[in-house]
Amino acid sequence: MMLLVTSGVAPYLAQAESILDVGDTFIVPLLLKLAFVLGIFFVGPLVAGYLEHKAMGRMQHRRGPVEAGPFGTLQLVADGIKFIQKEDLIPSAADKWVFAMAPGVALVPAMLALLVIPFGPGVFALDLELGLFYVLAASSVSVLGVLMGGWSSANKFSLFGGLRAGGQLIAYELPLILAAIAVAVQAGTLSLVGIVEAQAEFMLFGTGINLWYVIPQLLGFGIFFVAALAELSRPPFDMPIGDSELVFGYMTEYSGIKYAMYMLTEYAGMVTMSALMVVLYLGGWQLLPGVPLPGCEAAGGLFDCGVTGTLLGVGVMLGKILLLVFVMVWLRVAYPRLREDQLQRIAWLVMVPLALLNLALVTIAKVVY
Amino acid sequence: MAPSAPPGIGLLKGLGVTIKHLFQRPSTLMYPHERDVLAPRTRGVIALMDENCTVCMLCSRECPDWCIYIESHKETVPPAKEGGRARTRNVLDRFAIDFSLCMYCGICVEVCPFDALWWSPEFEYSEYEMGSLLHEMDKLREWADTVPPPPPLDEGAVLPAEVSDALAKVEKERELAAAKELEAKQAAEAPAETAGDAPKKGKAAEPEIHVKAGEIDQEAFDRLIAEGKSERMARSKAKAAYVKKEKARLLAEAEAAGGDAEAESPAPKAAEVKVDAGEIDQETFDRLIAEGKPERMARAKAKAAYVKKEKARLRAEAESDTGEGTGADEPAEVPSELGASPEAARQALDADGAATDDDAAPEVAAEAATTEAPAARKLGDIHVEGAGEIDQEVFDQLVAEGKSERIARAKAKAAWVKKQKQAKLDEEGGA
Ligand code: SF4
Ligand code: SF4
Repeated sequence: MMLLVTSGVAPYLAQAESILDVGDTFIVPLLLKLAFVLGIFFVGPLVAGYLEHKAMGRMQHRRGPVEAGPFGTLQLVADGIKFIQKEDLIPSAADKWVFAMAPGVALVPAMLALLVIPFGPGVFALDLELGLFYVLAASSVSVLGVLMGGWSSANKFSLFGGLRAGGQLIAYELPLILAAIAVAVQAGTLSLVGIVEAQAEFMLFGTGINLWYVIPQLLGFGIFFVAALAELSRPPFDMPIGDSELVFGYMTEYSGIKYAMYMLTEYAGMVTMSALMVVLYLGGWQLLPGVPLPGCEAAGGLFDCGVTGTLLGVGVMLGKILLLVFVMVWLRVAYPRLREDQLQRIAWLVMVPLALLNLALVTIAKVVY
Repeated sequence: MAPSAPPGIGLLKGLGVTIKHLFQRPSTLMYPHERDVLAPRTRGVIALMDENCTVCMLCSRECPDWCIYIESHKETVPPAKEGGRARTRNVLDRFAIDFSLCMYCGICVEVCPFDALWWSPEFEYSEYEMGSLLHEMDKLREWADTVPPPPPLDEGAVLPAEVSDALAKVEKERELAAAKELEAKQAAEAPAETAGDAPKKGKAAEPEIHVKAGEIDQEAFDRLIAEGKSERMARSKAKAAYVKKEKARLLAEAEAAGGDAEAESPAPKAAEVKVDAGEIDQETFDRLIAEGKPERMARAKAKAAYVKKEKARLRAEAESDTGEGTGADEPAEVPSELGASPEAARQALDADGAATDDDAAPEVAAEAATTEAPAARKLGDIHVEGAGEIDQEVFDQLVAEGKSERIARAKAKAAWVKKQKQAKLDEEGGA
């Protein structure tokens, strides 16, 4: 993988400066970054969850939540309070330590993945050179928590759910990573900030038209999106939960705050994956292809923005994320769950070959031009 | 996916359907803030009219969930006639439906042969504890106040058996009355006898005063509402109060009139005004049709109007006859509700002026017929109106004995009715 990266022409090598790096001390930026990541981690899923409630409700001729808070916006907060109050049941036959740890093992990687994702010009906690690699690696650890929960519950439905999740992860991790590699090949960097910058500078072959990667890599985007849905166990790929077959899959035995942690992981995963897709394919915080944000001068209008430019960039980024979350909800409402064998068949017979084809095409194009 | 369609088109169609619905109005009804209009015979809760229940146990046995609990005891009723056999009857002690088990199949309501169980549309009786869903008799009785009236019959429907039976009876009475009139005419040559007969008939009629119950006693109604009673209950009680008052008033008038009759000329008071109810009052009929009433109703009302007019005319004639001192010439009997003073009769007729059915006039005849009941009556034959009263003395005594308030009330009611009957019997005996 490193070979691919170094062989490409990297326009961006230096690590970008985060706007959270204030002052010379070590502790202040650290606290600011912690607050930033935790804030996104807890607020993002709430917003995504509210969007899901409302959009799903309207698509099903309902209203969704209306009572808690203005227009029901505080519904998920109320749900959270309820979950905290609930009794924390642990089955007597369960492997208690593993059972108790599993939700945390699922939750923490989802939080860590947010560390490197840029939400605007300079708005990120950390710009790792291996950012893309890090995000994919961290988000894959989540499934370990799912497997642990399914195994330790001492319940056959939980076990089925956990194993399905494991099988699903292996099957869809491959196309997901292959699609992401194609982006890294085209951008010539694994840094997420660098990928955004590469998109700002990418011109259609021989012309001066700026394009986001979603156009040249439409196939890759499709593969990434479907694989991300499957990774997150979102309908129509929610076999690990499969509430009509497996009671509630690996979450069957969980209640109270632990159950809430699993749910939080799922919605945080939605936000993370959507953010990743925006960064990889949809031009990050750019308003339109080739249009620099107002107030931004350096580096193609991507950095050193004023307050308005930064805020606008963050707004654009969040808007794109919510749009993708909405599409995920939309698919959930429109499609029924696939069968387990269909899921595996699609992964190995359709997605993996297509992802390989996509990678080959991108690599050839990169070498030719 | 249809084989002709390109692959994947079905997936897009699915997305199209859902996005279309996103922009449509949700069909949610914000329930506690808004309320739906329920179907008229909604199955909300089961109401019990315990006075109808004979403890036949059919409902309890038919209930698929066995969630109706009935307890009763037997009581011996003294023989109705001298030397008769004492009878036993069941008295309901407990009737409970467990709504945590009930599946609202309605079999109990269907199967009850005595119309003791009814569906009420009330549905907001959820509880925090399952045990509270066991509704005992008093609660089931309260639901009965919320049962909507039965829907009207379809136009041209066959009348219910009890109504058509009553109508047939009335028809017979009328024929009988007609025959009597003929007889009376033949007996017109013996005026002294008729004059002697009349006051007696007037007297016999006294306890049988009948008042139409459409009106309510506003005073009683207000008082009950102030006491916090439900509007429905207050209305029904106020109605009863009105009937009672009206009866008392009419009775007093009748007595006064009776006294007059004895003193002066009794004949016209007891005269029978016979009106042929086949005719209709064309004027009324036309007016009602013009008002947009259906023809059937217009005809019925016009008939009633005709009968009323005709009666008034005949009565006036009879009165003028009396004025001339030749009252015995036309010794007709007035089949008014009172069978006594024409003034009271007119009032009684006014009271049922709103009645739309054609049996208004026949009823009058029926009432008149009962006045001719033989003087020697048994306790059981006497009908006492207004069983709403209770005998306070008996009630207090029973409560003091530790009986439940409900049972005490029921027994006190029975005691009151019995007393009342006895009093009437004595009165008649004395007369
Ligand atoms: S509605 Fe059906 S289940 Fe309910 S009490 Fe009546 S018979 Fe029983
Ligand atoms: S079927 Fe009717 S009359 Fe018989 S016990 Fe039940 S409620 Fe009473």
